[in-house]
Amino acid sequence: MIDRRGLLRLAAGAGPASLVAACGWDGGNAIRPALLDVSRLNDWVGEKILFSAHRLAPQYPVSERTAHLPSYFISPMTPMLKDPATWRLLVTGLVRRPVSLSLDDLKALPRTTYTVKHHCVEGWSAIATWHGVPVSTIVERCEPLPEARFIRFVSFDSDYSNGWDLASAMHPQTILAYGMNDNPLPPAHGAPLRLYSPTKLGYKLTKYLVSMTFTAQRPGGYWEDQGYPWFGGV
Amino acid sequence: MTAPTPASTRPAPTPATAAPVTPALVKRHHWIVRLTHWATFVLLVGMIGSGLQIYTAYARFGERGGPYYINPFQDREFPRSIRLGGWLAGGLNWHFTLMWPFIAAGLFYLSYLVVSGEWRSLLFRPRDIRGAIEMQKYYLRLRKEHPAQGKHNPLQKLAYTFIIFLGVLSVLTGFAIYKPTQLAWLTALFGGFQAARYWHFWAVWFFTAFLVVHVILVFVVDPASLRAMITGWYRGRFPSHD
Repeated sequence: MIDRRGLLRLAAGAGPASLVAACGWDGGNAIRPALLDVSRLNDWVGEKILFSAHRLAPQYPVSERTAHLPSYFISPMTPMLKDPATWRLLVTGLVRRPVSLSLDDLKALPRTTYTVKHHCVEGWSAIATWHGVPVSTIVERCEPLPEARFIRFVSFDSDYSNGWDLASAMHPQTILAYGMNDNPLPPAHGAPLRLYSPTKLGYKLTKYLVSMTFTAQRPGGYWEDQGYPWFGGV
Repeated sequence: MTAPTPASTRPAPTPATAAPVTPALVKRHHWIVRLTHWATFVLLVGMIGSGLQIYTAYARFGERGGPYYINPFQDREFPRSIRLGGWLAGGLNWHFTLMWPFIAAGLFYLSYLVVSGEWRSLLFRPRDIRGAIEMQKYYLRLRKEHPAQGKHNPLQKLAYTFIIFLGVLSVLTGFAIYKPTQLAWLTALFGGFQAARYWHFWAVWFFTAFLVVHVILVFVVDPASLRAMITGWYRGRFPSHD
């Protein structure tokens, strides 16, 4: 026999569970802020405990490349420059020496190439080769001020942007990529220049770059502001 | 070894004229066991609901372009009523919130098992194999009387040992797909990112199957155990202790 008190206690436990499960909920106004607070905590765990500035992502043989990497952008059509010759990457914000770099300037800098696995927040993964300039090389050139703790990467894809912590940006495998699978970066994947790193989920890897700005405050981002984890590290 | 259950507390058939034997009331579950049991249940429902929401974003397993792992749910969407989070970010935020109390409850429970020594009555060991076969015979009606048992019979031990193993496996595969670069060694241990996702997903169906069988057996075999898991006190067919 179940006594009445026991039944009540069981109902008290199962009630909220079935209520929550029945709603297909994002938590509503009461719970969503708390979930986002925990997401901040997870950002901290991801950055301070699980992330290593030196640990390198595994690399793969070129033969394991995925035939077709899906292409993602938020504009209604593939974002393209009207006049690619005038394109520049603007490096600005809390730096001693703001710089403006053309694609040829970037190609003249030391090049990093790797074949790594891409992890999408949706759950798919794919292997591709990327080449470009380490972000750390650019950071050294522009000399950030001591108060600079973040970088905001902005694109010409409907102002899509991402905010990065400096440690992830300085990781040796975080690059400004102008090439993919041994070819120039195609428009579907962020031409002329995109951010790439096997330490972050795909949505953190800003395509169609126009600027990187050093900030003291944590910059938001297109998906991050809608609730996706800010750190987005893998 | 376990002492046989005293005959007086057995549910022996009594002559129609004799007064029915009232089984003794015994303390069965420590509050830590009861608390973590129900907390795990609620949290697991939330983990599965948000997990199915996350699954909806990419409902297959294997590197882009295939080959894909065998999956009866490939490209299927689970009903909105059993998903939690509303959309991918909502599902992720629920999943990455509930995972902490889920892990904490698991560790609290495991610590209790170790400190109290109760793991001895729960862990399925090779010497339980013979007893498990006898129990199976009883359930298949190949044997008439219920074999003598301690706090749990050998089949229960097998089930509870398996479910603890499954909990550990689901947490480890979860971390393997949460940080496949930082924890690349763990991801590799499960055969890579997509394989770890695959096992993480299968854990859902083992948990669900366990839950169904567990609840059916509670009501069919030993309804008094439900009260014991709520109040801690047991008055029923199997009152013995290890």
